[in-house]
Amino acid sequence: MRFGVVVFPGSNCDHDAWYAVSHNLGHAAEFIWHDSPTLGQVDAVILPGGFSYGDYLRCGAIAKFSPVMTAVREFADRGGLVLGICNGFQVLVESGLLPGALLRNRQLKFVCRPVSLRVETINTPFTAAAAKGQVLTVPVAHGEGCYFADDATLAMLRHDDRVVLRYLDNPNGSLDDIAGICNEKRNVMGMMPHPERASDVLLGGIDGKVILESMIHSFSVAAA
Amino acid sequence: MSDLTPSELDKVRSILKREPNETETGIFTVMWSEHCSYKSSRIHLKKLPTKSDRVLVGPGENAGIIDIGGGYAIAFKIESHNHPSFIEPFQGAATGVGGILRDIFTMGARPIAVMDALRFGPLDDPEWGDRNKRILEGVVGGISHYGNCFGVPTVGGETVFESCYNGNPLVNVFALGVFRHDEIFFGRATGVGNPVIYVGAKTGRDGIKGASMASSEFDEDSKDKRPNVQVGDPFMEKLLLEACLEAMRTGAIVGIQDMGAAGLTCSTCEMGSRAETGIEFDLKLVPQRETGMTPYEIMLSESQERMLIVAEKGREDEVFAVFKKWGLDAVTIGVVTNDGMLRVKDHGKVVAEIPNRELADEAPLYDRPHGVKAYRPAPMEAPEFASRDLNADLLALVGSGDLCSKRWIWQQYDYMVRTNTVAGPGGDAAIVRIKGTDISVAMSLDGNGRYCALDPQEGAKLMVAECCRNLSTAGATPVAATNNLNFGNPERPEIMAQIVEAIEGISEACRFFDTPITGGNVSLYNETLGEAIWPTPVMGIVGLMKTAEPVTIPFKDQGRTVMLVGGLGSCDAARFGGTQYAKVVLKKMWGLPPALDMDYEKRMQAAIREIVNDGYAESAHDVSDGGLAVALAECTVNGIGASVELTTALRPEFALFHEGPSRILVSTTVPEAVEEIARKYEVEALRIGVTMNRGLRIGDGSVTWVDSPVDRLKQVWEDALAEQLVPVHA
Repeated sequence: MRFGVVVFPGSNCDHDAWYAVSHNLGHAAEFIWHDSPTLGQVDAVILPGGFSYGDYLRCGAIAKFSPVMTAVREFADRGGLVLGICNGFQVLVESGLLPGALLRNRQLKFVCRPVSLRVETINTPFTAAAAKGQVLTVPVAHGEGCYFADDATLAMLRHDDRVVLRYLDNPNGSLDDIAGICNEKRNVMGMMPHPERASDVLLGGIDGKVILESMIHSFSVAAA
Repeated sequence: MSDLTPSELDKVRSILKREPNETETGIFTVMWSEHCSYKSSRIHLKKLPTKSDRVLVGPGENAGIIDIGGGYAIAFKIESHNHPSFIEPFQGAATGVGGILRDIFTMGARPIAVMDALRFGPLDDPEWGDRNKRILEGVVGGISHYGNCFGVPTVGGETVFESCYNGNPLVNVFALGVFRHDEIFFGRATGVGNPVIYVGAKTGRDGIKGASMASSEFDEDSKDKRPNVQVGDPFMEKLLLEACLEAMRTGAIVGIQDMGAAGLTCSTCEMGSRAETGIEFDLKLVPQRETGMTPYEIMLSESQERMLIVAEKGREDEVFAVFKKWGLDAVTIGVVTNDGMLRVKDHGKVVAEIPNRELADEAPLYDRPHGVKAYRPAPMEAPEFASRDLNADLLALVGSGDLCSKRWIWQQYDYMVRTNTVAGPGGDAAIVRIKGTDISVAMSLDGNGRYCALDPQEGAKLMVAECCRNLSTAGATPVAATNNLNFGNPERPEIMAQIVEAIEGISEACRFFDTPITGGNVSLYNETLGEAIWPTPVMGIVGLMKTAEPVTIPFKDQGRTVMLVGGLGSCDAARFGGTQYAKVVLKKMWGLPPALDMDYEKRMQAAIREIVNDGYAESAHDVSDGGLAVALAECTVNGIGASVELTTALRPEFALFHEGPSRILVSTTVPEAVEEIARKYEVEALRIGVTMNRGLRIGDGSVTWVDSPVDRLKQVWEDALAEQLVPVHA
């Protein structure tokens, strides 16, 4: 399977995602520059963490205008797998590919620490290899990860089983402890925690691997 | 207006053989400032050891470089941003991070770790407390803002509170980068006729004369110096990093240097001086973000995120293409010449003409008077004291500013980005693995102004030993060092004596522990309203080890043997006066720092490295500030306690809380193996107890001195800092 990792100016977890896919999971990964109008021959796209365009206006607000996002939107419309991690989640929300918004953390400070996540649904290509209710320890590192949505959106997310991951120890004040959601077609997911940072025993744990492995599994099932 | 002394001005006249104009005077003023020229410390810094088989680049370049094997090298350095961080804590600290990162990547290395040594006034100081809180919040926020956005993990550091840092906080930032041997670049303007290219942010009026501001004391008017503090843009720096590393790979770059202190002035004359060439350029070509800037302002601006590149003639376009891709300015502003002159033009008219070498390297050197006793802020004789409640004393210590958990601080730093952090903040040493190799780099920052105030030379040696011990506790072999010397006004002989003695101590210890100094920084004039800080040298030492899962501080399981490698150590009343117990419980300071036997220390460190690397230690923790009882308490934070019996003639306060060096706590399932290694190195290894569920009990066989639930200890230790910091009101 071939992953594409989008590089915006200011992305800084691009290399980590690339490394996790290529070294920890043994699959192909390539970088896609932000002004590329196409994605090339990739089977899945990762929008990585970082501070795209410095995040000076609003996280992800400039990145959504990058040429590559047109290609990402088309890819998603065709059913391609798109995973947004941290800043990538913020970009997906700003782009309208996922609903809601990510606000400043409730404590108004950046927070970096491992958190406990509960897998709320395995009916997504991002969690298919996990067990429902499985608890994962995966780090967060963000200043603006407080998920917010209006009541109707929240009700829809719950009703449609689109809340994929919830915090057991909410680090940022996210509404309903939401850590990750997917789109209606379930092929686009955004999550604030960093699965690529939890895919190497040496660095303290491999709980994040199941997200990437689910993508690989789902792709191979779909291709078969 | 000139800050040059009359004799310095005479020297300028003799170099130029005429009167300097205003721009030239400004250029000499910043280049010959204490901050840029080290004119008060340079003759003493020559005593430091700087060489070993591993040292590829020593002092004098933007950062030191050592070989780590496998074709890889690391560049690292520490630098201070003390003065700016007092005037504007957030931006001062942020640009401190930015500055040291540029020093690393200008050499071609990708930064992979940052650590910070911070000193603040006490948060509960009756007069300064609220201000100290704001300074701390600002500094931590600035480091977090810059490092997180840039994408470098902040993996460790230390935070200490003393009244002497009221009004003069210290912010020392250490950065480390990695590259291959064939990727090393230097700040040299070689090749007559080669183009001189300016890249990065535009030049503004910010930070003008920052270097000379950092070379004077603070007074009532210091708030007026706020415009001298630069403003940082970590996003710009991230782009600059990627563009510089990519441009270096084209092969078209001959030399490169960042514009840090003294900006365009320093980068041009230093690059020329190192290559024994001249540089001629026109200010009208310098990208500017403000109109009407004078030559003086452009030359002395310390706008951030700028670099100067000398490229191979005819290959400029390769460099321009890379910077265009990253959306950055890159323009040729001048050319390398053969006459050794820094020739600055403004629309074709020469506005400054100074020989590079004299400007960069011929700053006056001062052998300032120091033939007096170093200033001592404390008496020699010990007071009478007796503890009323050792349990309460231990709780007071683990909840004190210097010893409590710093999680509130480091949780605001992304300490994992780039997925190399094997051991992050909160441990004895931080460890990052080097991808593509089986090598990891361990690093530790340490300083102890309290010890150095009592005896600068002994304090400095203890600091080096402690830093090396932190690395050895992680299983790493210390190999090289960088230092940041923070002192008061060197024109006062009793302060100069502190500087000289501390350098002698560092020199002796670094020689002994085989950790040559590859570079560093000197920050003098750390005084506010005539009050100097305590002598506060800070060491950053790096060590090497084979990549492995780290051995961490907390006890892992019940029923393990608790051992004290190195033994109980010794102490007397005089040597107890610099301890945290004296500070926190007795609120006094006296006497001398703990006694250090360097030979014993070195053998003990060799022993602990072998114990850890052979897999015999389930946990390991260096005994330092707060002594044995505090170290034991820190081992219990995962909920596993211990019952400890100490067979000692020391009085309980000394046995529990003295800070004698050369001691490491380990828990193990194989105490015989630990003892055997200790015997081999002729050091003690005492079985002092056993791990158990939930409690920490320490006694001497007959009397119980400490008996505390570990939950209580942990709660006090974890919450102390946050409780002091919220809420802060302006």
